[in-house]
Amino acid sequence: MSALVEVQNLSKIYQRGKQKIEVLHHVQLAIEQGDFMALMGPSGSGKTTLLNLIGGLDSPTDGSITIGGKRIDRLSEGALAKWRASNVGFVFQFYNLLPMLSARKNVELPLLLTHLSAAQRKRNAAVALELVALADRAAHKPSELSGGQQQRVAIARAIVSDPTLLVCDEPTGDLDRQSGAEVLTLLQQLNRDHGKTIIMVTHDPKAAEFAKHTLHLDKGSLVEQSEPSRP
Amino acid sequence: MKYLQLIWSAMFRRKTRTIFTLLSVLAAFLLFGLLDSVRSAFASAASSVAGVDRLVTVSKISFTLSLPKSLLSGIEALPGVAKLTYANWFGGIYQDPKNFFANEAVADNFFDLYPEWQLSAAERTAFHNTRTGAVAGESLARKFNWKLGDKIPLQATIFPQKSGGNTWTFDLVGIYRVSNPKQKNQESALFFNWDYFDEARAFGNGNVGWYITQVSDRTLAQQVAQAVDALSTNSDHETKTQTEQAFNAAFVSQYGDIGLIVGAIMGAVFFTLILLTGNTMAQAVRERIPELAVLKTIGFSNQSVLGLVLAESVLLIVLGGAIGLVLAGVVVDAVRAALGEAVPMTRVGASIWLRALGLMVLIGLIVGALPARRAMRLRIVDALAGR
Repeated sequence: MSALVEVQNLSKIYQRGKQKIEVLHHVQLAIEQGDFMALMGPSGSGKTTLLNLIGGLDSPTDGSITIGGKRIDRLSEGALAKWRASNVGFVFQFYNLLPMLSARKNVELPLLLTHLSAAQRKRNAAVALELVALADRAAHKPSELSGGQQQRVAIARAIVSDPTLLVCDEPTGDLDRQSGAEVLTLLQQLNRDHGKTIIMVTHDPKAAEFAKHTLHLDKGSLVEQSEPSRP
Repeated sequence: MKYLQLIWSAMFRRKTRTIFTLLSVLAAFLLFGLLDSVRSAFASAASSVAGVDRLVTVSKISFTLSLPKSLLSGIEALPGVAKLTYANWFGGIYQDPKNFFANEAVADNFFDLYPEWQLSAAERTAFHNTRTGAVAGESLARKFNWKLGDKIPLQATIFPQKSGGNTWTFDLVGIYRVSNPKQKNQESALFFNWDYFDEARAFGNGNVGWYITQVSDRTLAQQVAQAVDALSTNSDHETKTQTEQAFNAAFVSQYGDIGLIVGAIMGAVFFTLILLTGNTMAQAVRERIPELAVLKTIGFSNQSVLGLVLAESVLLIVLGGAIGLVLAGVVVDAVRAALGEAVPMTRVGASIWLRALGLMVLIGLIVGALPARRAMRLRIVDALAGR
């Protein structure tokens, strides 16, 4: 397997008033294509910042991020937006669905940026919802769905444009254990059966067990890389 | 079009607020439609293409001052003069001062200079032969349910009769029609015989209110106008001659600058509307910051997000404005149907719609500009973190 994500000497410093806060400190990281990586660490350790940088939501202060052979830290804001649209799927802790749109319309959102016809968008969204076992709830608004179902809709939205990389920020943080397990199983299935490379930030060691590898961050530095938890 | 549902659903995210905002936009454009209809009516009265070959001669001091009838022969003799007539404002009241309409004493050949006013030969003859004869416009006759042969009493406000009476009674012998729908407001006047008026009035006999000259060639209008005015230079009745079009424009301006008045009212209304809807849009975007951040996260560019917010703002104004303008059209049609063409209102037609649509888009862009800029500039990581 080749490295899909290569992070070299990555630093991120935030300016809060007059104070400079170094959130990430010379991080070196490589994630193979097809990996399922859990990123753990205490609050404020820089997990979400690292995830945002790998997902192209933020730009580093120093260092480089290469994804699929492309230096995304050098891309302009516009180019980065285009890159995200076709290469990364995002799953958030609080689902972040648009409340006024149905599940299907939420899933269709990333496809609005493509040249697909309306019929094709609808078909692709239906396939994605089928994959997360929510085809029967396509017409429902987020408020009519449970937390677990909303997160599955968010996963369908993340995969509908068939990105190589999924970045998930505490995807089970707002769910009960059973719904959380369903979501993690789904992620595992997407990794195993569909070859998606997944990076997941979590606090929960039980959730991390669903990943193939676990990384630990502390005070902005990687402190440990676990052996594969599930080969 | 593929973004329409996204924009539409964002707009109606808070239904009650959006409906109230739409109502305020609707009210503003309803008012715009009504006022612009009035303004257009005055503007078209002043710029009618009919009358470019007719000259109006009035006193240079004030058009309310009369001119001697002796000028008639001098003007008639000028080269380039094809036809000449004269008239006098009467200002009579029919039953109630609220029933205002123009009424004038006119010379026998008056209608020869207005071929666009259709009057049958029999009615012309009757007007010619009936000393107390009067001719009314069709809209006016319809408004008061007048029929040929009716007696129409007018109370004099300026000209009492020699006999001391104040009531002038005319026999309706003709009803004229104007075929051009844009000039239908010209059907709301009453004309009666000059001879009867001049003989019976208590004062002012031998004077006319104004002369109307038809030139043989419209390119001669300026030259003839100068020649007419030259006839009375340095006299006590100097004249001012201009095309009927220019005269109408000047006459309308006596009411005040309608365009300026309408503009000032609508300026205040739209300024308030901009503040109101601007606040609504700002609030709507503030509430949706995390959702806009999600759109950016999944690949919407800054410009796309800017466009979405601006489109939402424009759609909000256009939707409310269009409903308001449709309602204005209904109201104008109802008023015109009820009160006839005497009401200075034009139909809410294409030109009013175009002006209104331009305003709607402009207001939409102004209202959406700041919230859209904010949406465009938001940093995804800050917005997702609720900062």
